[in-house]
Amino acid sequence: MTQTPGRSWQDITDAGKRGDVPEGLWMRCPRCEAMVYRKNVEQNLHVCPECDHHYRIGADVRARQLCDPESFEPQWSGMAPVDALGFVDAKPYKQRLVEEREKCGQPDAVVCGKGFIKGRGVVLACMDPQFMMGSMGSVVGEKVTRSIELAMDTDRPLVVVSCSGGARMQESTLSLMQMAKTAATLAKLDQVGGLFISVLSDPTTGGVSASFAMLGDVILAEPKALIGFAGPRVIANTVRQELPDGFQRSEHLLEKGFIDRVVHRRDLRSEISRIIDYAGK
Amino acid sequence: MTTANTYTGTYELEFERPLLQLERQIAELESHSRDSEVDITADVRKLKQSHTAMLKKIYAKLGAWNTVKVARHPGRPQAIDHIRVMAKDFCELHGDRHYGDDPAMITGFARVGSHKCLIVAHNKGKDTRERIACHFGCAHPEGYRKALQKMKLAEKYGLPVVTLIDTPGAYPGIGAEERGQAQAIAANMFEMSRLRVPIVSVVIGEGGSGGALGIAVADRVAMMQYAWYSVISPEGCAAILWKTGEAAEKAAEALKLTAADNMKLSTVDEAIPEPLGGAHRDPDAAIANVEKWISQSLRELKRFKVDNLVNKRFERFRRIGSYEEK
Ligand SMILES: [Zn+2]
Repeated sequence: MTQTPGRSWQDITDAGKRGDVPEGLWMRCPRCEAMVYRKNVEQNLHVCPECDHHYRIGADVRARQLCDPESFEPQWSGMAPVDALGFVDAKPYKQRLVEEREKCGQPDAVVCGKGFIKGRGVVLACMDPQFMMGSMGSVVGEKVTRSIELAMDTDRPLVVVSCSGGARMQESTLSLMQMAKTAATLAKLDQVGGLFISVLSDPTTGGVSASFAMLGDVILAEPKALIGFAGPRVIANTVRQELPDGFQRSEHLLEKGFIDRVVHRRDLRSEISRIIDYAGK
Repeated sequence: MTTANTYTGTYELEFERPLLQLERQIAELESHSRDSEVDITADVRKLKQSHTAMLKKIYAKLGAWNTVKVARHPGRPQAIDHIRVMAKDFCELHGDRHYGDDPAMITGFARVGSHKCLIVAHNKGKDTRERIACHFGCAHPEGYRKALQKMKLAEKYGLPVVTLIDTPGAYPGIGAEERGQAQAIAANMFEMSRLRVPIVSVVIGEGGSGGALGIAVADRVAMMQYAWYSVISPEGCAAILWKTGEAAEKAAEALKLTAADNMKLSTVDEAIPEPLGGAHRDPDAAIANVEKWISQSLRELKRFKVDNLVNKRFERFRRIGSYEEK
């Protein structure tokens, strides 16, 4: 990864955390700081026209970008989280869920369904970074699991676009067990020779990277996405040393052998289709 | 002389402080009796009774945070103690065949009761040198890969797998990330879910996050009474949600991380009782309880046909989760 001169790696990570494209006609790119026209960004699949920075996008936008027009049919949209633990931090989890739902217009951090990518039928699950940092609780775990099962039942390839800070703390071990649940169901898909294409976007960390995201038969990642088990800050505090340039970024993982390809957002549809033609049923 | 429930190490738990005075008095009386003719048996017995009563009272309403402290007590039996006490003829096996031999993960053949099995266990280390080598019980990817490689060996020879969990979490470091910590843990869960031999897991101390679950996808999962098991450590949770590590106590309560809580959530199947005042007061008795549960569970699991066993294991994890659906 090449760094923008004069900005530390930490600045860039922090800028990326601000999430979705801000309101207004014009916006400042968090990576190159250029003022860019919003419509241009949107037409460019939410990629900066100046520096190619891939903005974080919501699950609906992602599904629309990947699928052939009007072909995506959402499933299990009525599934909603509950506060099984009675978890209260700065505010009650119950209240947080209501607020997040109002903010994002959907009940949790994943949208799943059937769709077509360049005419090829797929089961698609897209995580949404806008809902509690895309964290995985029972709903995300259950919907991803059902997506895997649907892929098995319908003999379609499974595509999951990950975007998550990890397991959701407010559901504690229930969240943790979603890692085992999704991994175990993927083992079943593997047993019947199903194809799972895992697409990693910025960020894919914690319990999501350490379960289904890293279990793809083929793993693609968007450029410069943060991908790892532990967060960079936790690592920096533990090892008490400067993290290397580009550490935990897609290109670094490619070099270390943990992903198959780094793919620009505009090429995702064609790359996924190409892999399906080789490995799909 | 030590009594069954008096920890004799130097480490103090703050909430046990009221016991210290009694313990000092008992020790004084006992040393006094050695050089005098006065019979003090009755007095000592009385003091010991109050000690036991107080201990019972303290442990009866131990909060989540104090449970975490008991789970981390330096005198608490570690996996290596469990192996020494319960395993006959432990034959340690080293190395992951890819990169190295992580001392934070111990693997080897053993006999537990009448069962030949493979033991996979987190290792925290006993002295400073060992603790540093084991990163205080935080395994690297090579540890998880070593565990998997040995579990595959167990599968090949039809040996059941026993895993002992005691980790604050998988190691968050540069090398760990570069060698694929996330992938290693994910691969373990994936393969354990379909391993064609019985698997039993016991959280014997700390059950920290994916680092714990990476060797805990089992047919039966138990926690020792004062162990903790959670998606994140209380300190980690406090730092993120409360923005200060000092809120660890609140986080511990909120995370519902005790054995009793996890039983309610059906994330574990059984809580294994510990001696009064925690396993550190009587490690052998604590380990005997663990051994009993393992032997019993393996005896039951061996009766299942393999396909049935693997299906039930899958279903055990498949049904976990709490949500509503309209
Ligand atoms: Zn830019």
